[in-house]
Amino acid sequence: MTPQRQGVAVRLEGLSRHYGAVRALDGLDLELAPGEMVALLGPSGCGKTTALRLLAGLEDADAGRDVVDGRDLTDVPVSKRDMGMVFQAYSLFPHMTARQNVAFGLRLRGRSSAEQRSRAGEMLELVGLSSQADRYAHQMSGGQQQRVALARALAIEPQVLLLDEPLSALDAKVRVQLRDEIRRIQLDVGATTLLVTHDQEEALAVADRVGVMRGGRLEQIAAPGEIYTSPATAFVAEFVGLTNRMDGVAADGVAQVMRARIPLLPGSVASGPVSVLVRPESVEVHTQRDGEAEVVAASFLGSLGRVRVRTADGAVLLAQVPTGGAGVLQVGDRVSLALRPVPALAVSRD
Amino acid sequence: MPLTSRVRGGALLGVAPFLAFTTIFLAVPTLVVVVGAFVDTGGRPTLANVAGLRQGYILDALLSTLELSLTTAVIGAVVGALLAYAVVTAAPDGMLRRSVSAVCGVLAQFGGVTLAFAFLATVGSQGFVTLYLFDHTGLAVPGDLLYGLRGLGLVYVYFQIPLMVIVFLPALDGVRVQWREATESLGGSTWQYWRHVAGPLLMPASLGSTLLLFANAFAAYATAAALVSQGSPILPLVVRATFTSEVVLGQANLGKAIALAMVVVVAVVMTGYAWLQRRTSRWVG
Repeated sequence: MTPQRQGVAVRLEGLSRHYGAVRALDGLDLELAPGEMVALLGPSGCGKTTALRLLAGLEDADAGRDVVDGRDLTDVPVSKRDMGMVFQAYSLFPHMTARQNVAFGLRLRGRSSAEQRSRAGEMLELVGLSSQADRYAHQMSGGQQQRVALARALAIEPQVLLLDEPLSALDAKVRVQLRDEIRRIQLDVGATTLLVTHDQEEALAVADRVGVMRGGRLEQIAAPGEIYTSPATAFVAEFVGLTNRMDGVAADGVAQVMRARIPLLPGSVASGPVSVLVRPESVEVHTQRDGEAEVVAASFLGSLGRVRVRTADGAVLLAQVPTGGAGVLQVGDRVSLALRPVPALAVSRD
Repeated sequence: MPLTSRVRGGALLGVAPFLAFTTIFLAVPTLVVVVGAFVDTGGRPTLANVAGLRQGYILDALLSTLELSLTTAVIGAVVGALLAYAVVTAAPDGMLRRSVSAVCGVLAQFGGVTLAFAFLATVGSQGFVTLYLFDHTGLAVPGDLLYGLRGLGLVYVYFQIPLMVIVFLPALDGVRVQWREATESLGGSTWQYWRHVAGPLLMPASLGSTLLLFANAFAAYATAAALVSQGSPILPLVVRATFTSEVVLGQANLGKAIALAMVVVVAVVMTGYAWLQRRTSRWVG
């Protein structure tokens, strides 16, 4: 296979974009190292798609600039930016076969038919669809179509690969398969990649770093593990993964919650009454006839289970337990609770 | 009775009025035309009526009808497509889209005597525009503007354009913005997008719509009948003459043969339209 161009550095500086009175992007600063995959994660309307579209050149920024490989592309039209893009869905040209779709970028560049055919063949092989080369979009599944779209984006050897929620229209099983495949291919070709998604699992699974966005700004950007274990804000803690808000009292970098002393993460409220954001896996549940809490719901999730328990003071906590535990625990069971001393974020009580 | 059978029975009952209507007003008349084209006044089988189609005045009328239909179809298709494009690029729930769609829905069905009268009252020899132009600019609108083929063309275009907007809008709506963005991100210009993507995708729909407009003009009768009382420049009026002429009697079956020829032309055109529509719906929408 033809070696792909090495990834390049990307820098977004103070990007802002308004739609009327709505502030979609509010001075976003973001850097991507060459060959890195960064996922922008956030709820609808947080500005993640706007950021990607500004980088692609599909929309104009009100302020700020985007710099790729040291070159300011802010005023460069989309067709001159040399970026491959995969859209949410339905972006394949329906009157072209998979091979023609993949070769289209090269055709626009005036490459020879032989080169178009050979490169399209390579790309389709890369995404595992050589056998589907002569099929039209309507003859392929959603997952296959997105693979072809990825092959088409990569065929032009882009400086940057932009993925705009490429898996959101697919069913759960295909989504997991394809996300792993996208990561493998991205590592193979070494393209600097910006992935936009609202699916936290997807972001955490494939990206080198995850940027959590809210209200047009980055709340936190860090490696997936760090985002999960050391959230910088309550929003990040509660958007990424599940969280219990538990009352406690903070002092000297530690919060006293129930009978446990929980080390506090940087950025926590340092003293006084606080809400501590505790992950379900930090809550231990033990069956005990005279336990202080009662199981109010139990769900089986395959390799693990989750139970909801109501404490003596009426608070409802979510705990993650091994599958056996979820199976054994029944609604109405009395249980005792314990907290693992895993560092957590403490915020002011609402 | 099983539920599916009852549902099927109910559905049949629901479409029965429609089936009865089309049987009485479409199937039976078509049958009368087909049979009548191949019998003489005494009801004996003959090919004379079909052979009569080669007469000069009928061939002239056929050519004029084809010319009128083709011209108004092409003008209607081009102007209507541009208008439809302006509508789809406007805000989806905006005033422009809603008002143009509503107006086109009405105007596409605005034909016959009403339309003829509207034009007579506007640009007829005593029409208010004719009088206004003459009084204020000295410009004289030709008195016979509306009564020949050119006048018919002008009037036909009035309902062809809105019809094009109505039938072409769904195809334009089916063109996804991602295709344009994908083309641009792959390095394509606007011209390349239209040449390689939007153009080929919309071609079947635009050809199909043009065929529909052609058939619409080819079969139009009432507007022409209201405007043209002297002579029969187009086939529908020739058919009328074969039934109503007080000069040449016994031409009814020739009229049926002409009508049959028109049915064949429209059937061929509509088959092409249906084929192109199927092809488009596979890609777009």
